[in-house]
Amino acid sequence: MDLVLPDALPSDDERAAVDAVLGPATSGWSGGERAIEFEGRVARGGDAHDRRHQLLPVLHALQARAGWISPGGLRYACERLTVPPAEAYGVATFYAMFSTEERPARVVHVCDDIACRVAGAVNLIGDLERELGPERENQILRSPCLGMCERAPAALMQTFGDDASDTAMGPVSMEVLDPFLHSRPLTMMTGAEPVDAAPQALGAREGLRLLRRVGVVDPSSLDDYRAHGGYEALRRAVELGQEGVIREMKDAKLLGRGGAAFPAGVKWEAVAKQSVRPHYFICNADESEPGTFKDRVLMEHDPFAVLESLTIAGYATGSEKGFIYIRGEYPNATSMLEGAIEKAYAHGFLGSDVMGEGFAFDVELRRGAGAYICGEETSLFNSIEGKRGEPRNKPPFPVERGVFGKPTGINNVETLVNVLEVLTLGGEAYARIGTPDSTGPRLFCLSGCVERPGAYEVEHGVTLRELLEMAGGVRDGKALKAILLGGAAGSFVTPDDLDLRLTFEDSKAAGVTLGSGVVMVFDEEVDLAHIVLRIAAFFRDESCGQCVPCRVGTVRQEEALTRVIAGRTNGSLSDELALIGEIGQVMRDASICGLGQLAANAVDSAIHRLKVFDGGAA
Amino acid sequence: VFGAGGGTSSYEEVEHTDLIVLWGSNARETHPIFFHHVLKGIRNGAKLVVVDPRRTTSAEWADLWLGIDVGSDVALSNAMAREIIVSGLVNETFVKRATMRFKAYRDSVMDWTLERGEQATGIPAEVIREFAQAYAKADRAEICWTLGITEHHNAVDNVLSLINLGLLSGHVGRYGSGLNPLRGQNNVQGGGDMGAIPNKLPGFQDIENDPEACARYEEVCGVAVIPRYGKNLTQMFDAMEHGDLSALYVIGENPASSEADVGRARKLLGNLDTLIVQDLFMTKTATMADVLLPASNAALESDGTVTNSERRVQRVRKVLEPPGNAKDDIWIIAQLAKRLGFDWGEVTPRAAWDELRLISPMHAGMTYERLEALGGIQWPCWDQDHEGTLFLHGRLWEEDKAKRGPKAPFSVTPFEPPVDELTDEFPLRLTTGRRLDSYNTGVQTGGYTSPLRRGETIDMSPEDADRLGVVDDEVVRVTSRRGSLDVPVRVDRGLRPGLVFMTLHFPDQVDTNILTIDATDPKSGTAEFKASAVRIEKISESVGA
Repeated sequence: MDLVLPDALPSDDERAAVDAVLGPATSGWSGGERAIEFEGRVARGGDAHDRRHQLLPVLHALQARAGWISPGGLRYACERLTVPPAEAYGVATFYAMFSTEERPARVVHVCDDIACRVAGAVNLIGDLERELGPERENQILRSPCLGMCERAPAALMQTFGDDASDTAMGPVSMEVLDPFLHSRPLTMMTGAEPVDAAPQALGAREGLRLLRRVGVVDPSSLDDYRAHGGYEALRRAVELGQEGVIREMKDAKLLGRGGAAFPAGVKWEAVAKQSVRPHYFICNADESEPGTFKDRVLMEHDPFAVLESLTIAGYATGSEKGFIYIRGEYPNATSMLEGAIEKAYAHGFLGSDVMGEGFAFDVELRRGAGAYICGEETSLFNSIEGKRGEPRNKPPFPVERGVFGKPTGINNVETLVNVLEVLTLGGEAYARIGTPDSTGPRLFCLSGCVERPGAYEVEHGVTLRELLEMAGGVRDGKALKAILLGGAAGSFVTPDDLDLRLTFEDSKAAGVTLGSGVVMVFDEEVDLAHIVLRIAAFFRDESCGQCVPCRVGTVRQEEALTRVIAGRTNGSLSDELALIGEIGQVMRDASICGLGQLAANAVDSAIHRLKVFDGGAA
Repeated sequence: VFGAGGGTSSYEEVEHTDLIVLWGSNARETHPIFFHHVLKGIRNGAKLVVVDPRRTTSAEWADLWLGIDVGSDVALSNAMAREIIVSGLVNETFVKRATMRFKAYRDSVMDWTLERGEQATGIPAEVIREFAQAYAKADRAEICWTLGITEHHNAVDNVLSLINLGLLSGHVGRYGSGLNPLRGQNNVQGGGDMGAIPNKLPGFQDIENDPEACARYEEVCGVAVIPRYGKNLTQMFDAMEHGDLSALYVIGENPASSEADVGRARKLLGNLDTLIVQDLFMTKTATMADVLLPASNAALESDGTVTNSERRVQRVRKVLEPPGNAKDDIWIIAQLAKRLGFDWGEVTPRAAWDELRLISPMHAGMTYERLEALGGIQWPCWDQDHEGTLFLHGRLWEEDKAKRGPKAPFSVTPFEPPVDELTDEFPLRLTTGRRLDSYNTGVQTGGYTSPLRRGETIDMSPEDADRLGVVDDEVVRVTSRRGSLDVPVRVDRGLRPGLVFMTLHFPDQVDTNILTIDATDPKSGTAEFKASAVRIEKISESVGA
């Protein structure tokens, strides 16, 4: 190793935490007892490149054990995986949920992102910090969107040590958080949340496809899932054969729901055709776009559907290994999926001979650790490989060289769950849902100043107005001021845009994006300038720093907005707005990945569509 | 064996091979750029075997590390050869078609049983078998070596023994299979290619046995070639000792620090009538010079070409004027020629290069324009339609006997342990090498800071440190049959008991070469820097740590 941490030693607990992930050390060369008489002559390694991908799980184990990644713990992890400490430190510091400084045994990450901010999160954080005082205010951490916007303000509570646990809750208040912070017994919600995250599931349930089992099945029961039609689509897939499945997928014209709208069938076919082996298929469950929570609803309430559709994808693309990469802030969805994977293995729906049909498919769940960028597919690959989640240049595209340099298919949770519908209905019948260019059902995440926030399923083609009405319209009968469509990487629209049909083609024509299905509603009382500033801060914080246009551009964008809002412009207001426009253009043109390319979108639309700053500096 | 000194493979082949062997090479620290290609190979699925007495940072990346006894390389390769032969893994077609003297070689290795191999190398018999089988069975395999092979008294035999393995398994002359010495500087290869070796004209043309090449040289240059090999560095020092050599012109070398048994070397340099040194830095040798010629930096201050380990000739361009009176090497040499009665006029790098192309057939097709357009060209490049050569010796695989050309000979390689024997008086094996952030005698790297650098140390295993009762940073006395010095201890878990390690990066602090033995290989002139016998003594009872 190049750099050493000579004085840092792991505690017994830290050693045990790492060993729990990797198994006991087998050699003095990799952290075990030195046995030089045997090992001074021969060492079998390959450790470095075979196990490097275990770095994130090991760091998670250390973080959960000690509340931080201590130099001693890091050193032991490095010895076990033969990763240079400097590099492992680079990884540990990349992810927001890992701390390389000591933290209290209990911390609360309070979301202060857009929806929670509208719901008063900033005041809540201030109250909490005052209550705890300067000694203990380090128990309160500000977090970007936790993906629980329908129950804002939300929080993620973490306990480290013997009874390590993560709990996500919402809405939170002083009363809810106080017992936790003072280490008093607390009956906390675990497992699934109440179903009101999908309000339609409480109603007539008419026409629900993606949400058909949400609130109906017991998400922890494989038998219940099967009693509700589970694993029939996989059976159908095996009947069709690999090529048959891909044909149905292409007939269905299913476009990816993660934001890029790439035809899923085309992607699957490209992976299937690669001669290099092995192939991988990844379920992108790193749902981190502010305002997005639909995938969480699916994973928490219908986890087997995620597994079944991933298995179908693996089957069709000739992949024997699948990963589900889930964001670290989703403890409930994580535990539901963990349980589902275990049961699927036990009943032969995963493993070396799936359903007795003679094909193998393994699924491994990997947790992210607080990095928005890891939703970008190539960053996600790097993260699975145990590296900093920095995006790669494309080409080569993932279908040729994805995770571990092998052909890789990747779809997000919602896209995959659509596959069940494609196979159940048949590709052509599926394509008749929605519009010719935007087939199938679609989930939208309504949050902010709306009467009944939650994940809604509609067919492509309904208008924004109709969707808003389904959710009961603007809360408390107030007037609509703006809607953020597509998330932080999306753009603002005005009340004049309510007749926009929610399809790929209509949104494109209108110069907006559906993105990940975010529909965040702001009424007349919301201070939009500060919402825009929060979005700029979000991108500055989440930029991975790899490429200059984004690393520098996101900082400059936030600085300029701060000056404008404070009324301390350099030159005139129009000078500043022109500067912001130029910065945005550079980021759009020259950034490596979508984060930088889209980081100016919302800001730009706030300036030009909403004309937030037209009244002069706010 | 093959007629020209150069790695047979290109870097890209290392990325696409199935088995990479680093033998006597800590490439991760000493050839970090090349190691990037190794890492890509590993990422693409290649297995890595590292043969090195020390468990180096390169060895940490290996699938299999063999910690052999220093200087037992021939024993290991001979035992591997026998295993390959008795297991029926010899590439019969290749051996029959393209090699000669196989029978003599086979007979010479047949008593190298795995057990004897284990005895001589310290590597368990079954591990030798595993390595031999893996190498012979690999579809494609690359052996790469550096000074761990060549800084021995039997350096040439070490190299030949590795070539034997390549011939035996047919791992040469094909894409992804080859035999590669890694060069220590960006242009060591180019120095040899240009004829800066005592027995070759430019382009590896033999001075004594290639009248055609000599005639070509005479025609182009207008002077006769004296058809006699010159002296290598070791022979020069012997000649100084015998009084046969009284003037020395040293360009960019620092023998007063880098020679083994450096005390003797300095004495001989001091006795010269004339010592001329041409260098960028005031090296130890430069301080002894009668005439000092300030040179310019090859990377930034002069135009020309360099040739890397994959035989790729590349253009170098001047971006800075040299400071003060420092001059380009070509200018200095031309001025010297003028004073000696040969006025070459104004010599440009390009004119010198074009003259070389007339003398050296393997460079003939490399015009400056083509070097620029193609991003460098790998020799041989016979004419301007030739694209250069990705890997050497592909001819050995030709169906047509005429195209196949001369056969490659096996060599009988007897095992000779290191000269400096281990005894009760000198029980520890000292081996030397380099670290990532320093280069040779430190002339080029001493001016830069590095967070890794700790100055010179003697590295030893924790077990030896315990036995001697010494701790990290404690200064100890190290003594060999030639000399004695004091140096701080660095405990290194990568060493086993009995094996200690030093560098020669800090001659002003610790003159490591006072300890090393100047037993040299008569065939290559290289000294056995890698194997000295030493003892270590604790200096005081007051532990300073």
